[in-house]
Amino acid sequence: MASKVISSTIRRALSKPHGAVSRRHHLSTVAAAAAADTSTAYEDESILMKGVRISGRPLYLDMQATTPIDPRVFDAMNDSGINEYGNPHSRTHLYGWEAENAVEVARIQVAKLIGASPKEIIFMSGATEANNTAVKGVMHFYRDTKKHVITTQTEHKCVLDSCRHLQQEGFEVTYLPVKTDGLVDLEMLREAIRPDTGLVSIMAVNNEIGVIQPMEEIGMICKEHNVPFHTDAAQAIGKIPVDVKKWNIALMSMSGHKIYGPKGVGALFVRRRPRIRLEPLMNGGGQERGLRSGTASTQQILGFGAACELAMREMEYDEKWIKGLQERLLNGVREKLDGVVVNGSMESRYSGNLNLSFAYVEGESLLMGLKEVAVSSGSACTSASLEPSYVLRALGVDEDMAHTSIRFGIGRFTTKEEIDKAVELTVRQVVKLREMSPLYEMVKEGIDIKNIQWSQH
Amino acid sequence: MMMMLRQTTRKACLGLRASPLGLGRRLYHENVIDHFENPRNVGSFNRNDPDVGTGLVGAPSCGDLMSLQIKVDDSGQIIDTRFKTFGCGSAIASSSVASEWIKGKTIEESLTIKNAEIAKHLRLPPVKLHCSMLAEDAIKSAVRDYKEKRAKANAAAEEETVEA
Repeated sequence: MASKVISSTIRRALSKPHGAVSRRHHLSTVAAAAAADTSTAYEDESILMKGVRISGRPLYLDMQATTPIDPRVFDAMNDSGINEYGNPHSRTHLYGWEAENAVEVARIQVAKLIGASPKEIIFMSGATEANNTAVKGVMHFYRDTKKHVITTQTEHKCVLDSCRHLQQEGFEVTYLPVKTDGLVDLEMLREAIRPDTGLVSIMAVNNEIGVIQPMEEIGMICKEHNVPFHTDAAQAIGKIPVDVKKWNIALMSMSGHKIYGPKGVGALFVRRRPRIRLEPLMNGGGQERGLRSGTASTQQILGFGAACELAMREMEYDEKWIKGLQERLLNGVREKLDGVVVNGSMESRYSGNLNLSFAYVEGESLLMGLKEVAVSSGSACTSASLEPSYVLRALGVDEDMAHTSIRFGIGRFTTKEEIDKAVELTVRQVVKLREMSPLYEMVKEGIDIKNIQWSQH
Repeated sequence: MMMMLRQTTRKACLGLRASPLGLGRRLYHENVIDHFENPRNVGSFNRNDPDVGTGLVGAPSCGDLMSLQIKVDDSGQIIDTRFKTFGCGSAIASSSVASEWIKGKTIEESLTIKNAEIAKHLRLPPVKLHCSMLAEDAIKSAVRDYKEKRAKANAAAEEETVEA
């Protein structure tokens, strides 16, 4: 009887393909499909997924979510997977020594990128683990004397959640507000520091709006008051020049898959002089200076190291390329549309992140229409609750504008054609939605929408 | 053996794994896509016309705002509708469906349209049910506005006849 159930489930599982995407990998992007003859190309190359039909793979403009692996990083990783498969912690034979060597080479590559010593790099499974270890590990170690943590309202969810966890354990946390341009107010930071402050955690580059915090000044304030400074630099390394000594950083979280490396690997920089102590999250054999037990994933670490080295070499060129594309995107959109607002400071910003709000148009409907461009939005409808993104709310953006934001992520491999196509699709969709929007109509008639009493439901 | 059963059911459920946005299975039904790509009755009437009723519901701070306008003839039948919506794809589709369904009905019949019917037609997931509620509210609001206009017009006409 049971075997009948099993066999019928197996039959059902095998006969129903997941997601209805054929295994033929469509390498043609929408840009290529547009250039080719569309009448015949449509039937062959189109993809039907989640009820939506698109003419090719969407343009990828979501680099803050993740980045594709650089082919050179891929080569380095593949090599190691086949040849250096030993456990780097095996001390007794060649396989272990080779693997350990590879990991140490990667460690040096990562350290060089941030101006640190290789002894200060601890490999982890990603920036989330690094953030957790830094925030919880430091406070748990100093729990007898230090009870207070300072962070900002725009931090990454993993930092905010770790702080909430600490609050449940009895620590006190100050969530600093940010100014309307997304930057931390240094005076407020100074005032918030108390004698029992154990950690200040402020991210270097925000993942949602792309603003760069004044790291040197924050570092100086922390040095004055002798408080350890932790920063989540997942979006910053390899993109802007990072120097842990100049910024007076005690702890820094890094992520592999934001700099064209593999997913599932990251690192935590833990300063040695002066020494910062922390309790490890992972207990075990004492690997990684006792701070992160577990076998190191040689292949991924190698990929991370290669990505860091490439990033160091190509940072300047990438910055020029990406800045040009950002201007192209912004100018292209601004030429054709009014009511376009950039969220976050324009001056202190990483050029690969462009978070735009289109007035009178709702974010999720725009995303639905932009199905041939892979971007993300800070709108309520795209989160599980009806709340707009907490980062945009912290910026003090008007509530109706918070529902309208789209984040464009530009990267090393983005092309001019992709940007042009994205501009064209965005403009077309915004115009269509504005025609459908009662707010736009009211504004055009001259009604001041801020003064209307809406009937809530 | 139980492990095998568990694994196969897990594999069969892979299509239902939670999306990274935590919304569970997120699928736009083709009706929603259809109404979004080709919305019916987009536009507006002159709200000062005596035979036009205008309903405006929702609030931009909630992310949803619907404006539904009905043109009613003397026998109380809705002969034309227009709508405009600021909101997500489901909200646009809900209001487009509402504007389509009430065309040709009398104003009393249009009040019987329930949000559950709109939601069923569009296969709206639980998190989007408020869009269909808003569409139902928009219909009621438009009808109420029309009735108020007619009452005022009748009162003004009576006054004139009394004076004359």
